[in-house]
Formats: sequence, C-alpha cells, structure tokens
Amino acid sequence: MSVAAEQPGLSFPHKHLLGIKGLTAHDIHALLDLADMYVDQSRQVDKKSSILRGRTQINLFFEASTRTQSSFELAGKRLGADVMNMSVSTSSVKKGETLIDTAVTLNAMQPDLLVVRHPDSGAVALLAQKMDCGVVNGGDGSHEHPTQALLDALTIRRRLGRIEGLRIAICGDILHSRVARSNIHLLIQLGASVHVIAPPTLMPAGIEALGAKAFSSMLDGLDGCDVVMMLRLQMERMTGSFIPSTREYFHLYGLDYAKLAYAKPNALVMHPGPMNRGVEIDSRVADDADRSLIREQVEMGVAVRMAVLDALSRHLPNR
Amino acid sequence: MPTAFLNARLIDPASGLDSPGAVLVENGTILDFGAHLFAGGAPSGVETIDCHGHVLAPGLVDMRVFTGEPGEEHREDLASASAAAAAGGVTAFVIMPNTSPVIDDVALVDFIRRRARDAARVRVHVMAALTKGLAGQEMTEIGLLGAAGAVGFTDGTKPVMDAQLLRRALTYSKLFDSLIVQHAEDPSLAAAGVMNEGELSTRLGLAGIPAAAETIIVERDLRLVELTGGRYHVSQISCRDTLEVIRTAKRRGLPVTCGVSADHLSLNETDIGEYRTFFKLSPPLRAEADRQAMVDGLTDGTIDVVVSGHNPQDPDTKRRPFAQAADGAVGLETLLPVILERVHNGDLPIADALACVTCRPADILGVDAGRLAAGAAADMTLIDLSKPWVVDADALKSKSKNTAHENRRFQGRAVRTIVGGHTVFQT
Repeated sequence: MSVAAEQPGLSFPHKHLLGIKGLTAHDIHALLDLADMYVDQSRQVDKKSSILRGRTQINLFFEASTRTQSSFELAGKRLGADVMNMSVSTSSVKKGETLIDTAVTLNAMQPDLLVVRHPDSGAVALLAQKMDCGVVNGGDGSHEHPTQALLDALTIRRRLGRIEGLRIAICGDILHSRVARSNIHLLIQLGASVHVIAPPTLMPAGIEALGAKAFSSMLDGLDGCDVVMMLRLQMERMTGSFIPSTREYFHLYGLDYAKLAYAKPNALVMHPGPMNRGVEIDSRVADDADRSLIREQVEMGVAVRMAVLDALSRHLPNR
Repeated sequence: MPTAFLNARLIDPASGLDSPGAVLVENGTILDFGAHLFAGGAPSGVETIDCHGHVLAPGLVDMRVFTGEPGEEHREDLASASAAAAAGGVTAFVIMPNTSPVIDDVALVDFIRRRARDAARVRVHVMAALTKGLAGQEMTEIGLLGAAGAVGFTDGTKPVMDAQLLRRALTYSKLFDSLIVQHAEDPSLAAAGVMNEGELSTRLGLAGIPAAAETIIVERDLRLVELTGGRYHVSQISCRDTLEVIRTAKRRGLPVTCGVSADHLSLNETDIGEYRTFFKLSPPLRAEADRQAMVDGLTDGTIDVVVSGHNPQDPDTKRRPFAQAADGAVGLETLLPVILERVHNGDLPIADALACVTCRPADILGVDAGRLAAGAAADMTLIDLSKPWVVDADALKSKSKNTAHENRRFQGRAVRTIVGGHTVFQT
C-alpha cells in the first residue's frame, strides 16, 4: 500500500533539511501547509498518528538544548516514531574524525531520521554525507537553524495571513545568530522585507548581500515594521568584548514599549527563546498577550517539526 | 660521461636568455650552454637527451614547504616531499621550522640536512626558527644556525608579535646579512577566524579574518625595517592593501621582499563553497579583487617570489567541521602549472614568471641556484608549456592528497627534472 495515499499530497523534493537556503517559496509553503494540519492534530485529545510507526528517529545534540530537543522529541512521538535522544558533550568529541565516526556508527544502527545540532557551522552537512537516512539540521554553529525559521514563518502566517509584503525586523546579535540567517533567507524568499538591527560590533560583514537592510539604531530599524523578532544575546559565543555591558545593551537595544512604539501600531513581538529578560527584552513586552507571539511560537515549533519529519520520511524506502 | 641536452628552448630568467640551444653537463655542473653549442650536429662520446624543443630552464626553488619530518612523518617525510618536488619541476625547496621538535637548534639543522642528503631527490634547505620553540620570546642562535646552513629565520605559521624582539632580530641579523621572514597575521584580529571576513563568511556562519590583520603587521614591521635596515621578507601576502604598502616601501628603497602562494594567485574565497576544508589556508583565500591584485603585483614585480606553501594534511586533520580543520594544501606539484596558467593568460612573459620561482628566490635566500650558467649546479627543469593535463589527487606523489586543485585542468608541466645532472623525474 502506498504511504502517500494515507497522507495529504506533498511535493518536497529534498532528502535532508540542512538549511533554508536552497528551498523554494513553494517548498516552504508546502511545509507550512502541512504544519497547519499538524497544529490541528496537536490540539486534539488524541494527538498521535502512525505515519512514522516503526521508524527510528535519533536526536543527536552536540550542544545543550532543552526546547529544540524536546520539541523534536514530541514531534517524532506524535507521529508514532521511536525517538532516541543522544546528548554528546563537545568536550569528548573534539575531533571531526570522531564526528565522521559517530555518523558511521549511527548509520549502522539504521535510523530513519536524524536530527542534529552542532556548535560548528557546516558540521551537520558534513555528517549528512555519511548518512543514508533523512537528516534535519537542528542548528549548526552560526550558520542555519531552519526549523526555527519555519516555525516563525508559520506563526506569522497564521496570525497575519501572509508573509509577502510584510516588513519584519530582526534585532540583536546577528553576528552569531543562525536563527537570523535562516530567517533572513526564508522571509526574503517569501517576499517580506527584512530589517536587521544590531550594534555595529554584532553586525556581520556583507549582511546586506543577503537581501536584508542593516540598521544600527533600533528607532530607525523598527520604523514601519509589522513584526519585531528579538534574538537572544549569545554570551557563550562571545569571546572578547563585543558590547560594554548588558545594561548598556538593554538601554540601546532592549525591546521595551518605548522602542516598540516606533514599529507599526500593534506590531507583533517574537523571540526564539530562551529569553534574557531585561537584557534584550522587557518582561512586560514579552508577556503582553496582545503583542507577544512567544508562547505561540513554541506550539508552532512542534507542528513544524512534525511536518518536516513527515516530509523527509516520504523519501525513505518503504518496507 | 658528459650529458648533452639537445634541441631545447633555453630560458634563463636571470640573464634574459631565451633561445634554442643545448646544455652540456658533466659531474653535476653545467660545462657550457647556448645556441652555439652543438650547432653543427650531435656530438660523439657524450650521452644525449633530446629535449624536443621544450623549455629547459633553471630548476624551481620553492621558498615555503612544510613537511612532517621530524615528528609527523605520516603526513609527509623528506623523501615523499622531494618526490613531489621532483614531479613538479622543483629542484630545491626550503622547509619551515614548524616541526616536532621545532628546528631551533644547530643539531636539528644538521639532522635535516643529513636526512635530506640520504633520502631526498632534490636539494633541501632549512629555514630555522626565529624564536626558541617558536614561542615568540627569545631569539635563536642566528649566527650559529646560519653557519650550520639555515637560509633564513622565521616562526613559520606564527607571526612574531613582540615588536622589540623583532627589532632586535632585524638589527642583530645584519651581522650575518641573514633573512628575517614574517608570517603576517595579527592573532588578536584574526582571533577565532577561519576564512576571509566578508559576505561569504557571513553566509557560511564562519568567523572571519579581516584583511587588515595582515596589512597591520606588515605596516608595523616596515617601520622596524626602516629603523634597523635588516633584511625582511613577508612569506606570503594575500590582500590588496598589503601589496600597496609593500609597493610604497620598495619605492622608498627599504630592504623588503615578499612572496605569494600559487593558491592565492589562482583561487579565491568562493572556492570554499560549502565548507570545503581543502581550501582552508593561512593566510585565508581572499576576495577576487585581492586575487587579481596578487596577479598585478606579480606582473609589476612588487611580488618577488611565488611559493607553493606546500602543507600536507591527512584526513584526520582535514575531514572535520571547517572551523576545526587544519590549514594548508599540498602544492609542490601544482606550483609550476599555476605559474604557467598566468603566462598563458597573458599576465606576464614566461621569463618573468620563471624568475619568481628560480633566480629571485635563490637571490633572496643567498643560495647558489636558479641560473643557467657555466659552472653552476646542473639543476634544471624541462617544461612542456602546452601539455594539457588534469590534476588527479590520487596520482600526486605527496603522502597527503589535500590539493586545492583536484580535477583542475592545467596547460603545461615539468616533463623532466634534473638535479646535479641526474634525472630525478621524467613523465
């Protein structure tokens, strides 16, 4: 029996999801449409389906993560997969050869889907070369975090009905942020205009070549924005002095009502979490039920990851 | 028995000779050469080698080669490096002191020279460490090391950051007219960087190294050169601004020379593509405008020499995430083809191109090589200028296969390499 017959039609021609770059607008909307369906499924009493029954999903995390890992775990379980979590401390896996060895070892266990997070840019793609199963990038270094961008897009699309034509600001530590890169690729691919706002020391070189407009002032950058995406200040990636203090950072770039007033009236606020309250975002803004989409983003995260796992599983050989 | 190389196109960049002719070699040295030689016909009592009209030039001298001997012979030893050199038409190369142990002691210079004499097919020169243990704190015994045969002093892949130390080294080295060689990269600016800083590093999410990290060191050092008058050489430059700084310094008559790697003449940062670690080099591959500037610098003579920067790495050090992978690419066998590519592209005449890998490095190093001259060592390379070929990594003679030119099409290569009158490589 054809698996596709049980599921809504989907054309997603990729074996892995390693980044947003390389996806067409059609690919992205196809995933978001599928995710919409999984939002409904996840709101039912019986949240479980059997699309991935018998499939093995391994979540391989070389970097500590609570949210993303549990979101992928829940997504796999709701689709009926057997999910195994592996957390590997990077101190014991310093060598890339070991990374390749890890891939070869895991591959021999015949997983069907592998979710990987790694502190080095490009490491997930390197590992995918050695895997026969579908690989999902759960975040690699400062490169990409595609499921985060997809869940952000789903959240916006459900709230505002579209992405095309919106003006969206991404604020904070753009330099170290994989979320920013994936979001820039996705939002521009879908026809939004993107403002990136960061202190000059946290703005990467040549960012405008990606299609975004760069600002160092919150007030200028937020002008006319429909959505404001805040980024976490990634203290753990900062070697050396990028900003003088978190106090000064909040003064200049922390999102409070005063700065938010420069965006469109009723502009929406997003944050990928975990938040540093009082560093990049004021608690009252973060908790404002009318403006903040932060809790909704978490819900959409599970649905989007279900859609991604489903989409990649359709390229697996049927038994 | 003497050997006659007949029917050759002789090119000697030092004297400007470019004419059909022959070379007569006996006991490892050139007895006579020129258009007149054997013009009447084939001699008797002499072994003859027909050069089929190919270019017969002085053997190449490569100023920057890393081996794994001593310490990491699985990557490369002197024997395998010399086999690669011979296959690339390189008859002499200079090894860098970044070995294990570091070459900072007379005994090690001696060891390398003896090992090379026994194991190497081509001539091997040693550049000794400028500071003990490459630690950047204490000067090595420049006088004794020089007397033992060291042709220059450098910390290889590490920049000498202490300005006072470098000033003293440049001053003290004048006693022996020694060459001080800098690896120009400010470590605090380069920080965790792994590639050129710019749009591409942003796209790949990799930490970048700004061009200024190189230029700033050369600018500082040139002040010290001006202060001391010591002989200063930048091992490899990679960016346009550094070229401009050196051009100005040369115009002012400072005793400065510089090199560029063949890779930086022929590749740019976009070759990294999706994290291809074989293109992770130090200095990093720069933007296309910088590469073009390197070619211009070669054409106008601001850049004195071209080096291979041969740096063998095995899969253990290269098959890693980009940020964790080792720097470097093998290059002894592709040095000449890259230079010939510039000639075929019309950037500079063949004689000028060959000067960058023959007489000029020999002069900077103060070694007797790089010339076709009566009485000179018979170290020569026979070059087929037009032979098309494709680089096959597995066919490289080096123990390590980390070439940045895999599957690349080249036109022209060494077809016979002669060291001391003996053929050490032949296609």
